[in-house]
Amino acid sequence: MSEDAVRLIPADEGSWRLEAYLRRGGYEAARRAVTSMAPADIIAEVRRAGLRGRGGAGFPAGLKWSFVPQGVGGPKYLCVNADEGEPGTFKDRAILVRDPHRLLEGMVIAAFAVGIRTAVIYVRGEYERIAGRLRAAVAEAEGAGFLGRTIFGSEFGLDVVIHFGAGAYICGEETALLESIEGRRGAPRLKPPFPAVVGLFRSPTVINNVETLAHVPSIIGRGADWFMSLGLPKDCGTRLFSVSGAVRRPGLYELPTGIPLRTLIEDHAGGPPEGVSVKAVIPGGLSAPVLRADELETHLDFESMALACSMAGSAGVIVIGDRTPMLEVLGVMSRFYAHESCGQCTPCRIGTSWIHRTVTRIAAGQGRRGDLDLILSLADGIKGRTLCPMGDAAALPIRALVTKFRGELEQAAER
Amino acid sequence: MSYAPSAAVLARIDRAVAAYPERSAALLPVLHLIQEESGWIPPEAEVWTADKLGLRPVRVREVLSFYTMFRRRPAGRTVIQICRNLSCTLAGAEEVIAAVRRELGLGAGADTTADGAVTLVTVECLGNCDHAPCLQVDGVDRGPVTRESAAAIVKELRGR
Repeated sequence: MSEDAVRLIPADEGSWRLEAYLRRGGYEAARRAVTSMAPADIIAEVRRAGLRGRGGAGFPAGLKWSFVPQGVGGPKYLCVNADEGEPGTFKDRAILVRDPHRLLEGMVIAAFAVGIRTAVIYVRGEYERIAGRLRAAVAEAEGAGFLGRTIFGSEFGLDVVIHFGAGAYICGEETALLESIEGRRGAPRLKPPFPAVVGLFRSPTVINNVETLAHVPSIIGRGADWFMSLGLPKDCGTRLFSVSGAVRRPGLYELPTGIPLRTLIEDHAGGPPEGVSVKAVIPGGLSAPVLRADELETHLDFESMALACSMAGSAGVIVIGDRTPMLEVLGVMSRFYAHESCGQCTPCRIGTSWIHRTVTRIAAGQGRRGDLDLILSLADGIKGRTLCPMGDAAALPIRALVTKFRGELEQAAER
Repeated sequence: MSYAPSAAVLARIDRAVAAYPERSAALLPVLHLIQEESGWIPPEAEVWTADKLGLRPVRVREVLSFYTMFRRRPAGRTVIQICRNLSCTLAGAEEVIAAVRRELGLGAGADTTADGAVTLVTVECLGNCDHAPCLQVDGVDRGPVTRESAAAIVKELRGR
């Protein structure tokens, strides 16, 4: 296997075709898994590799697979989360555009391991045009016998449906995603029961992010030990870091987990442009609480980010330069969550809108004494009081922004 | 007035329905197909869809009104979506939006040009943040744009 074969995003732009993927050793791992491995051994290998979910929550993928009850009748489903709505994140887009077969191979292995015969790829509606290659890849794989009724001539088969969202951030939440596939509003479900037991069409369901599944072929192909040799012991492998904002070279960087934020921003993304210095960084998509410039030594892995009271999240790193007023950042953030709250839970529905109205009033020059405390108390009123993680995803970054940049925001509010 | 999709779209709708174990799961795909052909979802199409999928019309309406990409009003022949989330705002999205509105001659509150040629929508994150500020013209990604290049895109559209 060449070095290129273990990279999630091949360097070559013409890489998305089946022929090119096969030249990189593509579908070898799936062939081995389906023709010569026991499903339980595949799950054990992925568990041993410690592959953590790349969508944002970091839940161990192999463990998730093991929660699906075995030996019971009826269908089971694999749902691929390609909703990629977390602002500042564009990694799954790159896999869909440049290496869709790697995703499909990961799906074949996962489905075989769990005993699933139908997969639904949930792609955000805004990616409809770029999903042309994913459609073509599915057709190519079906034609080659890597998908469809009898994969590698075995008894195992997997059908794939591509399902498009229609512009709702909340559908990236796994149970809202299921609701959306079933043809309903994206309102998250109460858990338990967890989707592994009662998921799509009331059947056991595995939901994995695109990048998570894209790691599976090399874990099976090269072994868990190889994967564990990259990154940190408890958070292995590489991640695709989406870097945007005030840097010279915004883009996607595949690096081992646990590298310091500063290394990513300065060595890889080229640091801030001439005359600009870093004021703040959002390290894991918009929902990750902001870090100050003096926190750039924090490492980019789930544990380190949690210790710094932020989160590794989707690995969407947004760099904010010293010329950007934090009130503007707060304005975008509060508008986004007010717009995207599904409305099901009152604290989130009312709280996000109230925060947004308050921020808008401050921005219009009508700030009042106590506004920042009002925002903090509204954020606290949301936190921990909603069905799904979006409540915290809205409350925590807003709270961090107001707390860490209070002086600047107070000046802006009382101007 | 009643609604009926073209034969080609109807065939695609039937394929979409057949792809799921439950008919109602085809609701989003069906609405996408109707909008692709008609440019929006007319009220008659809601009723048609409900009938097709064995749903009450209110089930169609609640879904339609939840998802921002579905349009319940006719749109311009071309739809421009400009991102205004954080990465794009940091890169000057608000100025781009203002420049495009000026170029389109959109008054306050208007989102479609008087001649019905272009609709402008602002959106939250197109997942193309390394090309900020970015936009989509009929779903095709463009970016990074400047005030000038965005205005030039509009000029080119209007000249067609």
